[in-house]
Amino acid sequence: MKTLSKLQIGKKGIIKEFTDLEMSLKLMEMGCLPGEEITVERVAPLGDPIAVNVSGYMLSLRKQEASTIILQ
Amino acid sequence: MKAEIRVALVGNPNTGKSTLFNLLTGLNQKIGNFPGVTVDKKTGFCTLPDNRRAEIIDLPGTYSLYPKSRDESIVFSVLADRVHEAPDLVVVILDASNLKRNLLLYTQVADLKLPVIVALNMMDVAKKDGITIDINALSKKLGVSIVPISARRNEGIDELKKAISYANKFALQQDSIDVKSIAPQLVEAIGQELQIDNPYYALQLAHQHETLTFLSDTESNRIEQLELEHGFHTQKAQATETIARYNYINDLLYDTVKKQESAQEETTSNRIDRILTHRVFGFIIFFGILLFIFQAIFAWSAYPMDLIETLFIWMQTGVHNLLPAGPLTDLLADGVIAGLSGVLVFIPQIAILFAFIAILEDTGYMARVTFMMDKVMRKVGLNGKSVVPLIGGFACAVPSIMSTRTIENWKDRMITIMVTPLVACSARLPVYTLLIALVVPDRNVWWIFNMQGLALTGMYVLSLVSAIVVAWVMKYILKARERGYFIMELPVYRMPRWNNVLLTMFDRAKTFVLEAGKVIIAVSIILWVLASYGPGDNFKQIEKKYSEPQYGQKMKPTQVEHAIASEKLESSYAGYLGHFIEPAIKPLGFDWKIGIAIITSFAAREVFVGTMATIYSVDGNGDEIQSVKAKLGSARNTQTGQPTFTLAVAFSLMMFYAFAMQCASTVAIVYRETKDWRWPAVQFVYMTLLAYGASFITYTLLK
Repeated sequence: MKTLSKLQIGKKGIIKEFTDLEMSLKLMEMGCLPGEEITVERVAPLGDPIAVNVSGYMLSLRKQEASTIILQ
Repeated sequence: MKAEIRVALVGNPNTGKSTLFNLLTGLNQKIGNFPGVTVDKKTGFCTLPDNRRAEIIDLPGTYSLYPKSRDESIVFSVLADRVHEAPDLVVVILDASNLKRNLLLYTQVADLKLPVIVALNMMDVAKKDGITIDINALSKKLGVSIVPISARRNEGIDELKKAISYANKFALQQDSIDVKSIAPQLVEAIGQELQIDNPYYALQLAHQHETLTFLSDTESNRIEQLELEHGFHTQKAQATETIARYNYINDLLYDTVKKQESAQEETTSNRIDRILTHRVFGFIIFFGILLFIFQAIFAWSAYPMDLIETLFIWMQTGVHNLLPAGPLTDLLADGVIAGLSGVLVFIPQIAILFAFIAILEDTGYMARVTFMMDKVMRKVGLNGKSVVPLIGGFACAVPSIMSTRTIENWKDRMITIMVTPLVACSARLPVYTLLIALVVPDRNVWWIFNMQGLALTGMYVLSLVSAIVVAWVMKYILKARERGYFIMELPVYRMPRWNNVLLTMFDRAKTFVLEAGKVIIAVSIILWVLASYGPGDNFKQIEKKYSEPQYGQKMKPTQVEHAIASEKLESSYAGYLGHFIEPAIKPLGFDWKIGIAIITSFAAREVFVGTMATIYSVDGNGDEIQSVKAKLGSARNTQTGQPTFTLAVAFSLMMFYAFAMQCASTVAIVYRETKDWRWPAVQFVYMTLLAYGASFITYTLLK
């Protein structure tokens, strides 16, 4: 099972589903929807959180939150 | 004057909503409170092309009608409040360069079936990104008028005003999704029960009824009951709804918005981010900026602060000279005007601090600070967003505590509020300056470091360290109410909008004066009474004593005056209190004179200097730190003949002021922000205990 948190900088993935319903509500409102392409743009200097490009803008989220996003 | 039409502005954060609000209303705005909650309600007036007056309400930026923070919860309450007046028209502002995510909120608002028009902002940015939008087609599909604007460039505002004045009284927009299918029976049942014909309104009530203040308890309970009957699962329903909405949006945008696939050219924002969030440079730049802000707050505010102080001293003398001598004149000059001066003198620092914060937020840099600091801050129980209030704490805790409202997580916000007053605010500076000048030699060590400067820096570092340690402890004490998360947009970098910076400065200064001002003035008056009156005929006795000829011969008239003032203070109620608490503060190295100063500076720490001046009957202007310093330096303990202000006493006092909650305005603002007296009470107790402990240890070690 490949999750967003395991994606390297500069790599893309397509969102498949979520492991956490409550978290998924927030993520989906912010444009992280199943079928959407998501690119890891950078990682914060201390290794967490990460910044991703999704739905045409830059979103930052913690690694632990990224681990609830399963990629295809 | 009553407005003829009420217009609510709704939109995502970072869409230029407040810029548009400022353009529409100019300086014609006011900040109030939404009933029952402490969320600032910004309203303003705007004259429409047909000369009607429109009241514009700026609602907090939100990504959806499902709230994540207290600010956001206002949006649905205002749009749906049928008890008070719901707005006549909603202007939804959309970011043209990021239409997809922005449209989610639009479809939710549109489904509430209030009259809606769309202001399509940032057309210029979209164009630069190679996005073309067929506005006519989109407008037809949505069934609403769309006005393209560029708020930053002040373009399209007249057209928007026209559109507002021509707007229909009825909602004509197309339905977006089939709301009923999400929870058919429940929507039906709530609709019947509460006479609601709008299915989305009914569904939102099902989700949010527990927090809506305009619903009665019976209504809310009835909705809860219906939810149980129909097996309503709020999270699942919300997920279904969001997916359905994005499907609708994708269909909508499919043939109305075209994006040129550019050859993956790196955006400017990305390039700036490479440097500003760099592993090494990122932190160096951040601390450099902090240092600069810090320097600027003190350097730039010195002159205006002097000016304000001089002005108030001039007013005080004026009042004394012009009005007949008596208790009322004294109250006005030494109670009210002195109290007012204590408030207004901080305006320059607060204005400068908030100008910088506005610039950092406007450019998008603050979001990066949050991004970089989140991991460290989380370790100690705070949140990336706590950085702003903590920095602000160096100027004044009052506006900083107000700025914690952006922290969504309840526990993170509470901890931030609880520790912010520990940060060395500018009111502590005069106390530190005086005491350091008294006991630390003005010498250089290791060539470049001035010892006094080092001592002061030490106090500042200590304040930040103590805030972090206390936060870390509280992380284990406070129970979380909800899961913490950090899902935040990193907006593209932009030039700051100077109007906005000025308005923020003005707003914050005004809030500070109104919020902190009333408390400081009230407490100043009480303290003035305590210091100016004494039990029995004490005061008469003193005056009688000094009117005897021997004093007139031996002392100059001003010396007699100072001696009277000093002795009166000793035998006033404040003096009695000072003596009363002396046994308690003796272990800290303080005598009753310092006790008086601690009592009188309860409202505001900087009053300490003035009180010390009076107690030690300082000649000349008591506001001159140099003359106070000279007097305190020569003060001797009457029993031992040793100097009163030894290194141990001075440092013990500094520790006391570093930790003690000697600030009535902070207590008041913490109550206002938490709406529960227990928070400021707990804060007051823990800070006083810390202060006592730190002073005791310092004094015991150094004496």
